[in-house]
Amino acid sequence: MKALLSVLTLLMLALPAFAVDSEEALDDPELQARYEDIVEQVRCLKCQNQTIKDSNAFLAGDLRREIKRMLVEGYTDDEIFDFLVTRYGDFALYNPRFSGKTLVLWIVPALFLLGGAFVLLNIIRRRMALPIDDAED
Amino acid sequence: MWKYFAPLVIFGLFFLVLKVGMDDIREGKNVNELPSPLIDKQAPQFELPSVTDPSATVGTNDFAGKPVVLNVWATWCVGCRQEHGFLMELAESGDVPVYGLNWRDTQPEAQGFLQQLGDPYVGSAFDGDGRVGIDWGVYGAPETFLIGADGTILVKHLGPLNWPLWREKFVPHLGPAEASR
Repeated sequence: MKALLSVLTLLMLALPAFAVDSEEALDDPELQARYEDIVEQVRCLKCQNQTIKDSNAFLAGDLRREIKRMLVEGYTDDEIFDFLVTRYGDFALYNPRFSGKTLVLWIVPALFLLGGAFVLLNIIRRRMALPIDDAED
Repeated sequence: MWKYFAPLVIFGLFFLVLKVGMDDIREGKNVNELPSPLIDKQAPQFELPSVTDPSATVGTNDFAGKPVVLNVWATWCVGCRQEHGFLMELAESGDVPVYGLNWRDTQPEAQGFLQQLGDPYVGSAFDGDGRVGIDWGVYGAPETFLIGADGTILVKHLGPLNWPLWREKFVPHLGPAEASR
């Protein structure tokens, strides 16, 4: 019983190890590290809420292979992201670039933050104006 | 005063945003369709072996000087079977030459598909490993491009095509000679 339980426990621990990307790692560990960093930031456009690291769609496999090839051929990370954006658009990157088209994405959260600060300031100012009356406390 | 109207305004904004999204779905728009950055850009060049004739190639050089349709298809793709009848009719009408990009497929299967269902393509390029597909920003077959006489990409459509969609999205970009239907 104990043996069975421990085997089951071990199996549960092993679940996250089922990786989609089953291809061989690059020889150069530095390139491999950059590769892993890049594939986590690229969206699989066929299956829109997965990165190409997690997806087993044809397209994700093709893009992983292409990124590997470009790394080996000495392209920089930026050149690889450029390559993807010129073909698939800003949506291909999970961390979209700052440009005219993505302006809204970057500006709106800041506007919300500013709006919140404005409301908070107003509340504080109003409370400050109230007479201090803590005699009953 | 603004205190009373602010919630109303915020509600109105949310309503508008959600309404726009819901209208798209209700009208049957393909909500997975993404704008292609290739529109109005020069079509990426390629030259690949032909699906049907192993000794010939099909490529962007064949398109030169006339508007053409490039249809990305595969035998495993359900939508491609759906639109196949339309492509046959379009090819028959002779309005625009239809070229194929056989994406992520095998040559024998692709040949069998065309023999069985008919071949609407002037030529079909064989892109077995999807390398040319990446240059064209292909992310799911079927996809259909309209390439102008000057070699720029005018339209990209995702999903099965039919006559109503053709008239709505493609015909406005064609000259009077090609837009007879």
